[in-house]
Amino acid sequence: MDLINFEATELRLGLPGSTDDQPEIKSTTSHKTNKRSSSEMVSSVSDEHDSSRSPPPTKAQVVGWPPVRSYRKNILQGKKNDQAETGSGIYIKVSMDGAPYLRKVDLKVYQSYGELMKGLQDMFKCIIGLYSEMEGYKSEYAPTYEDKDGDWMLVGDVPWDMFLTSCRRLRIMKSSEVIES
Amino acid sequence: MTYSFPEEVLEHVFSFLTSQNDRNAASLVCRTWYEMERWCRKRIFVGNCYAVNPRVLIRRFPEVKAVELKGKPHFADFNLVPEGWGGFVYPWIVEFARVYPWLEEIRLKRMVVTDECLEIVSKAFRNFKVLILSSCEGFSTDGLAAVAANCRNLRVLDLRECEVEELSGHWLSHFPDSFTSLESLNIACLSLEVSFSALERLVSRSPNLKTLRLNRTVPLEKISKLLQRAPQLADFGTGAYSAEIRPDVYSSLQEAFSGCKKLKSLSGFWDVVPAYLPAVFPVCSQLTYLNLSYATTQSPDLIKVISQCHNLQRLVVLDYIEDMGLDTVAVTCKDLRELVVFPSDPFVADANVLLTEEGLVSVSQGCSKLQSVLYFCRQMSNSALISISKNRPNLTCFRLCILEPRAPDYLTFEPLDVGFGSIVENCKELTRLSMSGLLTDRVFEYIGKHAKKLDMLSVAFAGDSDLGLHHVLSGCESLRKLEIRDCPFGDKALLANASKLLTMRSLWMSSCFVSFGACKLLGQKMPGLNVEVIDERENLNLLPENAPVEKVYIYRTVSGQRLDMPDFVRIMGKDKNGVYNLL
Repeated sequence: MDLINFEATELRLGLPGSTDDQPEIKSTTSHKTNKRSSSEMVSSVSDEHDSSRSPPPTKAQVVGWPPVRSYRKNILQGKKNDQAETGSGIYIKVSMDGAPYLRKVDLKVYQSYGELMKGLQDMFKCIIGLYSEMEGYKSEYAPTYEDKDGDWMLVGDVPWDMFLTSCRRLRIMKSSEVIES
Repeated sequence: MTYSFPEEVLEHVFSFLTSQNDRNAASLVCRTWYEMERWCRKRIFVGNCYAVNPRVLIRRFPEVKAVELKGKPHFADFNLVPEGWGGFVYPWIVEFARVYPWLEEIRLKRMVVTDECLEIVSKAFRNFKVLILSSCEGFSTDGLAAVAANCRNLRVLDLRECEVEELSGHWLSHFPDSFTSLESLNIACLSLEVSFSALERLVSRSPNLKTLRLNRTVPLEKISKLLQRAPQLADFGTGAYSAEIRPDVYSSLQEAFSGCKKLKSLSGFWDVVPAYLPAVFPVCSQLTYLNLSYATTQSPDLIKVISQCHNLQRLVVLDYIEDMGLDTVAVTCKDLRELVVFPSDPFVADANVLLTEEGLVSVSQGCSKLQSVLYFCRQMSNSALISISKNRPNLTCFRLCILEPRAPDYLTFEPLDVGFGSIVENCKELTRLSMSGLLTDRVFEYIGKHAKKLDMLSVAFAGDSDLGLHHVLSGCESLRKLEIRDCPFGDKALLANASKLLTMRSLWMSSCFVSFGACKLLGQKMPGLNVEVIDERENLNLLPENAPVEKVYIYRTVSGQRLDMPDFVRIMGKDKNGVYNLL
């Protein structure tokens, strides 16, 4: 089928790129719709190399990207949700060395370790401080937790979501008692 | 001199032709061979259910025993095809029920299957044996109950990643006590609990059961019982792999696994409690397939399992495996043919795990038989891709997904053109390629020049101009499936290569710059193609001809117009009667 000679439209069929009046292709188009999936970049590339210590930004999601089946996305989400589904939250016991009684916190309320620390701080009126891998907790106390296997771990090593599913109870220990491995 | 080959002899010879391509070729030799072949073809494969009409099919092939159909385009897996687009199997099932009472096998992929379809299947085909539904939807557990109750000779019921409306788990109990022919059962995608005692009884009375893939609700403590009843299993999928740590549960689980001398495939592993993983150690060295892609377990625990899997051929994991785990794979799994690494947290920009391009390079170095890769990661470099291509020129399928669209080489900040170019140049047997990262028209030039055996190409957020698309359409001789999203490709390359589209199964382009006018023109000029514009915007008729469409799906067809389109699908350039309007 020879399409080279048809005149019916303005569209020409020379090799693309060989003509001069190809308008520069922009990544936005002038029509009104909010259903069209965006071809604009979601976040600029330079963000990849941003070394600030802010928490990982949640991306504005492009439809169908990355190409992972929805049930697979949901499995990990579902994992997070399973924990949260028991009533209204993930309530775990918190003990603090020297405190006369235990407390309970709802882990679901917090989005990150930082928020959890702040919450615990407020609850026990102590300063737990920020955690760094090099130096451990810079304060009198160190937060530890018992995981699914029954081991006592220092809070902060695993990704937050993983922590949510494996934490059974919290214990705020005096730093002097923490044995660093 | 004329002589005729006795029909029986010809039929016997044809019985050795199993590939559909070979049969198609044989049927073109002469009229006699065409007639002979069509009467004895037993297996049919239709790669696009809209390429051909069921009536035409059954008219040509009267004695079919097994049918395989595919419906929606691949990008439907990622929610790019709107709900209701099509792929309805019902009209096919109705025709089959009418004409093929001895149909034994139905395999469907990405199709809409209703309970009514399943009812018909369960009652119309006396000797029905195999039902495999892959990424299908539209049916409920009632449909499954009908299959269970009525298919007396069923051997395979395989629900792969289907979306099932689950009304109850009771459907499994509909298999009658007299039913003993089951060989393969895969219910991994179901979320409702099925009666364990019904399952146990079913397993007990199925001596030929080779494949059993449970769903998440089957508790770990009960698996031992099932394995004890079916020690002949070759393929097993656990349910949730977690329980309170109890020595008795652990030891009976380990003992049960030890008893499975024929076990080669292991999957499932939702909610893994690492302490229970060693229970599978007795079977590790037998395994050729291991799927840990639901196990949100850290690398050290994964390594303990994988380091014993010396005979592994296919591995599917999450990126929790990390580079360190992949080093272990490279050293241990010398027979590895396929590696799949899924992302654990795809929407977080920063890496949550230590998985980089190095892991893949390591496996490409250590595993000399590696042919197929699907790898999700956050960074890639041209040098890594070049290394991979030189290590593994025998790659046939290479799918790389760098999570950030348009991410450049993280070392040099250049596009990844040269890296992917190296892949297509060195891997001469490459049949499937998916690319990601920052890519210019250059990479398409390489692909058009070198990827002569490429059958399927997936492209996203790549290229600069129509030249890119032109390189691919004009250069890739073996190309049959092309899917493109969010690329600046427009009308020119498409129209200039219109005839190429007749040699392909399909072309998908979404969020590109293909205009209504071009779609209409293509549809008018090419009666052998359906040019479907899939566009959910209102007031489409008010848009100018040069406005880009949201999505276009172009496929060759001999069946003419679809009659089952929703309102957001338009077949361009053909009037309602299927008469082609040539300007």
